Amino acid sequence: MRVPLVPPPASAVGRVNACCEGPLSAFINLERISKSFGTFKVVDDLDLEIAKGEFLSLLGPSGSGKTTILMMLAGFVEPSSGAITLEGKRIDHLPAHRRNMGVVFQNYALFPHMTVAENVAFPLVMRGVSKTEAAERVARAIDMVQLTHIKDRKPAQLSGGQQQRVALTRALVFEPNVVLMDEPLGALDKQLREHMQLELRELHRRLGLTIVFVTHDQGEALTMSNRIAVFNAGQIEQLASPEAIYDHPETRFVAEFIGETNMFAGKVEARDGARTKIRLDAGPMVEAYLTTEFASGAAALVSVRPERVGLSETSNAANAMPVKVLDTVYQGDHMRVRLAGSGVEMVAKVDRKTRAWAVGAEAFATFNPDECTVIAP
Amino acid sequence: MSGQTSPILRIAQIVFGVAVVFFLLAPIVAILPLAFNSSVFLNYPIESFSSRWFGELQSNDMWRRSIVNSLIIGSGATIVATVLGTLAALGLRSSQLPFASAIRTTFLMPMVVPAVVLGVGMQMLYGRLGLANSYLGVVVAHAVLCIPFVLVSVSGSLNAMDPWLERAASSLGASPTRVFRRITMPIIMPGILTGAVFAFATSLDEVVLTLFVAGPNQRTLARQMFASIRENISPAVAAAAFLMIVGTLCIAGLVGFLRWRSQKALKPA
Repeated sequence: MRVPLVPPPASAVGRVNACCEGPLSAFINLERISKSFGTFKVVDDLDLEIAKGEFLSLLGPSGSGKTTILMMLAGFVEPSSGAITLEGKRIDHLPAHRRNMGVVFQNYALFPHMTVAENVAFPLVMRGVSKTEAAERVARAIDMVQLTHIKDRKPAQLSGGQQQRVALTRALVFEPNVVLMDEPLGALDKQLREHMQLELRELHRRLGLTIVFVTHDQGEALTMSNRIAVFNAGQIEQLASPEAIYDHPETRFVAEFIGETNMFAGKVEARDGARTKIRLDAGPMVEAYLTTEFASGAAALVSVRPERVGLSETSNAANAMPVKVLDTVYQGDHMRVRLAGSGVEMVAKVDRKTRAWAVGAEAFATFNPDECTVIAP
Repeated sequence: MSGQTSPILRIAQIVFGVAVVFFLLAPIVAILPLAFNSSVFLNYPIESFSSRWFGELQSNDMWRRSIVNSLIIGSGATIVATVLGTLAALGLRSSQLPFASAIRTTFLMPMVVPAVVLGVGMQMLYGRLGLANSYLGVVVAHAVLCIPFVLVSVSGSLNAMDPWLERAASSLGASPTRVFRRITMPIIMPGILTGAVFAFATSLDEVVLTLFVAGPNQRTLARQMFASIRENISPAVAAAAFLMIVGTLCIAGLVGFLRWRSQKALKPA
């Protein structure tokens, strides 16, 4: 599957950082990469370009090949075939210690027999940086992440969040080409994780880092990334900005993996520009936004996010299906309403300020054609 | 669990435990006082205390040489076994190595193969190689027996080590040799030290192989004790045993301390 490098939409620029304005130069290029363990293909003929200064998330379920890609970039796993280039130079046969990439591991992998300061100094010592310069850079780096007061402690004496910061500092202090992160926030509790997400985002913007971030947490990917590559079964399903991934998923897998969605099966009936009419298998006709080419009569899926579904007493909307309220669940900031009718079932997230819907009430489920996506089944 | 056992069972447990400990320690404890017996017989009762047998160990050429030999051969075998055993443990860690478990079994074989068999084989081999009756020959023979202890102990430490640490070090720019020197070795040091102590103790204790491969010049302390107890039962044997036990305890204590120190370095204070 060939994934073209598309610049993120204008809305993304300035939101995270301005790295991706203007023409993108491929900084790291993965070309036709495959990796098999025995007969099992973990990565299957994958192409990926990484731009300088971007925050790219590799998102997918476990076993989808995202970590293998990261390990290949780091030099711990050799691809079975294909080429990896960094600024045009082949690096796929270069041993890990000569790649100059900072890696933050899931379990941090701090050296237990060294203090925080010694851990951070390690990459500088390996590079033959003079003692005084190393000490200075370590002090500056440790100060930046506010760990100066614990610089002489051993990793076992640190909290999870502190260990995380030490691991990050150690991976940044030698100014690597790229920072690779393998679910670095996975071991932290929810509150700390959200705090670290914002901190990482801020660090990315401030230092202009190129970050490749592996995660299975879609919220994390949506929060931090310039672009997200959604992995499934060794291939990239979609590579786009968080907005595009969420609002206009291109495949069924992406629509179902990112967030929650209502999915209706049907057939394409008539095209009108970017919009199309689709006859659902259950009966009703739906108007929807089209991202890819569909022939008339082709089978298709319509995906609508629950928060895009409205409930109304009248049917004067482009898409309005008569439904009955099956169940309502109070969720604090919204009501979650389960609906059935016209042969389909769906979920709507409804603002609590609108009227309360009783179970069994009759209504119309409405949604804007631009806010639903047509996907090949 | 112990809260539910009946008092009788509890007493039985204690009695059994004490009996086992007694059985293990009695022979060792029994021989020690005899080292200070002034009598020329290796026998109780002790007539009066003296240190004459320790003097004998020092002045008698046979005893003195055997102690020196034990130290030379023990150190040599320990160094050889520790280096080779550690390297073997490192090499056998890789899952990509073909026949890894067969090779491991081969390394561990000296633990189960009767020493007599090994001794006969080595004597024949050494005859051909010209290693018979040489220090090198005895050191190598002892090292073969000692390697399994080092291998097992170092493998245990390696298994307990976070495998990501080495990857982290290489991603930070450390070449494989530097990864070993700066990361792997310091972390598995307790295992290496334990293996080395076991190796030294094994060599110190070894008689059978020594009988086969050592000449009169390489007579070790254990070999000398064995000979002297058959020829003339002198209390010098007890004195030698005392020295051995004290020496072993000292080394074990030292290593225990080193292990404790390096483990403390890895754990929170």
